[in-house]
Amino acid sequence: MSDMAAKPNLSPGVQTQGGIGTAGVPATEHGDHLHHDDHEHHDQHWLWKYVFSQDHKVIAKQFLISGMIWAILGGTLSSLFRLQLGWPEGSMEWLAPFLGKWIVAGKLNPEFYLALVTMHGTIMVFFVLTAGLSGTFSNFLIPLQVGARDMASGFMNMLSYWFFFLSSIIMFASLFIETGPAAAGWTIYPPLSALPQAIPGSGAGMTLWLVSMAFFIVSQLLGGVNYVTTVINMRTRGMSMSKLPLTIWAFFLTAILGILSFPVLFSAALLLIFDRSFGTSFFLSDIYIAGQALSNQGGSPVLFQHLFWFLGHPEVYIVIMPAMGMVSEVLATNARKPIFGYRAMIGSLIGISLLSFVVWAHHMFVTGMNPFLGSVFMFLTLIIAVPSGVKVFNWLATLWRGNIRFTAAMLFSIGFVSLFISGGLTGIILGNATLDIQMHNTYFVVAHFHLVMGSSAFFGLFAGVYHWFPKMFGRMMDEKLGYIHFWLTFAGVYLVFMPMHYVGIAGFPRRYYAWTGFDAFSQFADLNRFISIAAILAFFAQFVFIFNFFYSIFRGRRATQNPWNSTTLEWTTPVNPGHGNWPGEIPAVYRWPYDYSKPGSDVDFIPQNVPYSKTQSSNFPYEQDAVE
Amino acid sequence: MTALTILLVLLLLLVVFGLLFRLQIFTSIFSGTFTRDIGMSNSVNAILMLVFLVFGGAWFAYSFVENFSKMNPPIASVHGHEMERMFWITMAVIGVAFAITQALLFWYSYRYQYKEGRRAYFFSHNNKIEVIWTVIPAIVMAALIFAGWKAWTRITGPAPKDSVVVELMGKQFNWLVRYPGRDMKLGVVNYRMIDAVNEFGFDLSDKAGLDDFTTNEIHVPKGVPVLIKIRSRDVLHAVYMPHFRVQMYAVPGMPTRFWFTPTMTTDEMRAKLGNPNFNYELACNQICGGSHFAMKASLVVDEPEDYQNWFAAQQSFSQKNPEVLAALKQKSKTLVSEVTAPAAEAKETAPAPLAASY
Repeated sequence: MSDMAAKPNLSPGVQTQGGIGTAGVPATEHGDHLHHDDHEHHDQHWLWKYVFSQDHKVIAKQFLISGMIWAILGGTLSSLFRLQLGWPEGSMEWLAPFLGKWIVAGKLNPEFYLALVTMHGTIMVFFVLTAGLSGTFSNFLIPLQVGARDMASGFMNMLSYWFFFLSSIIMFASLFIETGPAAAGWTIYPPLSALPQAIPGSGAGMTLWLVSMAFFIVSQLLGGVNYVTTVINMRTRGMSMSKLPLTIWAFFLTAILGILSFPVLFSAALLLIFDRSFGTSFFLSDIYIAGQALSNQGGSPVLFQHLFWFLGHPEVYIVIMPAMGMVSEVLATNARKPIFGYRAMIGSLIGISLLSFVVWAHHMFVTGMNPFLGSVFMFLTLIIAVPSGVKVFNWLATLWRGNIRFTAAMLFSIGFVSLFISGGLTGIILGNATLDIQMHNTYFVVAHFHLVMGSSAFFGLFAGVYHWFPKMFGRMMDEKLGYIHFWLTFAGVYLVFMPMHYVGIAGFPRRYYAWTGFDAFSQFADLNRFISIAAILAFFAQFVFIFNFFYSIFRGRRATQNPWNSTTLEWTTPVNPGHGNWPGEIPAVYRWPYDYSKPGSDVDFIPQNVPYSKTQSSNFPYEQDAVE
Repeated sequence: MTALTILLVLLLLLVVFGLLFRLQIFTSIFSGTFTRDIGMSNSVNAILMLVFLVFGGAWFAYSFVENFSKMNPPIASVHGHEMERMFWITMAVIGVAFAITQALLFWYSYRYQYKEGRRAYFFSHNNKIEVIWTVIPAIVMAALIFAGWKAWTRITGPAPKDSVVVELMGKQFNWLVRYPGRDMKLGVVNYRMIDAVNEFGFDLSDKAGLDDFTTNEIHVPKGVPVLIKIRSRDVLHAVYMPHFRVQMYAVPGMPTRFWFTPTMTTDEMRAKLGNPNFNYELACNQICGGSHFAMKASLVVDEPEDYQNWFAAQQSFSQKNPEVLAALKQKSKTLVSEVTAPAAEAKETAPAPLAASY
């Protein structure tokens, strides 16, 4: 075991195979694919190891780095449209070398502006915060924290990444085509998204968008099925569901949400493809456009919205729940306290998951939907505040009387809670159908969701990267740079999104290329410029993180086995775990994951794999029973 | 060239940054502080938490007050005042929750920072307190839901019988406006009849449409319920009038509606704001294409008698465009000879059932 632990990062498959052999677990499937690795592709080993790898840890890193590339791109797009919003009269000629024909006489083309916001939304929601966040950490942490050698199906897991990769390539390519990328908003409401006559982006750009999303959904389903199967079937000895770390509960429920809701988006995309290419009328009716009356009749654009938001709303929880799980873990570890109300935390996650399926139409209060439905969805939507509130109070109670170490991950977790509160509370306004009449599609909505699911999920992502970086790369990220990154980002996010609420309350519509034509909105020129400056600075602050990340992979301080003194199973693996995770036997689990600062114990943390018989001094009476 | 310069500058900055970073690491290695130092940076971060709470809170309070008047556009409808009250009451409720939770979050972070030798308090759950903070938000939510539901039902309920009716049709990228004329009935429109002259798609075989008139500007009387019927002829649009707290999508193939009662004429509002150029604005608030941001209409609220005069002075669409009527007569003649029952066509193109049917 010790000689395994000393192996450098990504030790060759032969050794990991040895590790699996000695472990003697009935994981025939893993044995099989490892044989596959070793014997058939010995010559091109690196290719099967780093590129077409079936190791969940490598796949996680692939998701992470892809997500980071997408995030830079998505952030760049937002900087571009913030330039337009901040300086509507300014010249953009200097961008012409980059944007080419989309700069017309020093001005951003308004249709390209819509393409920018559309692609920013698509990239951030799906490619960064779904694939990059959940893909990375579900993959990385599920096997490590439940005590499994790998995912239930390593091959499907690999496919999941490569379908995502294919989807990414297609989406990326769509940025460069003649008519521009999709430009109907990330919600791609037809008829705008169905008719190339309505906006050029609805031509080839939209086709590529739909094809890309179809592959993306395949990727999500392959991943999700794997996560659920792994959590249910491959937990190590003693790891009952009530001993799972909250991260795993979050990933588990997230995967279930994804499996149940992504197919509905697929159906919406498929019907839209039919409408666009095969002359059907699912979403089209009574349309006269470009001097021509279309033959489509009887379709309903509102039907599309129902289908879209049936995914779209669970989607925001798919984005935020993994972040909630990781934040719970990081807060408990660094406050040196058990997470407060472990069962309530699981209960609220389950409650949020269930409710997330019955609130979708709160995005549609004023779309012409029957007002009676509006009242039902208002009721269901506002109930979500209760489990969300429970989570916030439990996080606060976890900090209370803790002994807090401010690692970069801890800072981002605290930042997450703060942003989640700020953004979540305005949901109470938007979920109220009456108030939504005024707030719908204004910057108030933009501010709300950027705080509660955009920035919060990003903060969860950062917390996760800073916290599990040592396990991923065997090195530490630089802490000081982490602090700088946190404070710049935290201040930046608030400076960007708080003023957006003001603009929104006044009724400033979103997706407006310029507001200067309206008296009611033109008073916000200063505030818009302020937001733009803050947004662009906050975006550039992210390069501190990018630098820190790549620098630390190669030159960071070497990590120890358990740098944060954490209790969960991933820290019982060697510093650089090979394929199979544990060189010897998989540790068995005896206790819940949050035995921090337990009274009577010498150390302030007791890992999950320490039996009660070894901690006689700190056992509670009922735990003492478990020993005997 | 500019692009190259920008890239070069960025590259140089990056190199300088990298060098500084290396330098910092080397000095810290030489000065022997490379092991994780919980003391110094930990308390700095803890203090920054407090600083962020105080200064962040102060900045937020200041900027909120500073912008308060700007974020409250004047309200000019009956339900608008009700909504406004509900909005600020809800804001107050969430403001209290916001202040308490944020203050606790940052205060706890500062107060319970790492101290050598102190041990965190093992506190895994407490049913009583958990029940309390589940039940209290649930009660508050119930109250908000109830208030919201009552107002929503009233606002989206059927328009009073004596409402003034205006129909708006969204198209890329402007709004078409139609009034029912003297008979107070809107005639049938059919998107297949649309052309450059007949932008609305009047089907003049329907007698009710003969006296309908179209205008460029929307006029409504003060103090009288106004029912806006909304259509779209191409993609989704949304009728959004922030001063009246009115918003409803325009959906092709599915007429929608919204009613409200204006409380202030345009002139009164101009006088009140001291802005002689003030106009009630109607913005499209659902992405509809390149010029979405410029899809604007203005609405004039008149005194009822002014409105009556304006209304009486309008000329109907069929009078203004006799050629449309003539073409229709020509067409129906040929139709009569071919098909025995022209009425069947008219029936088929009767307006689709309203989404918001009561």
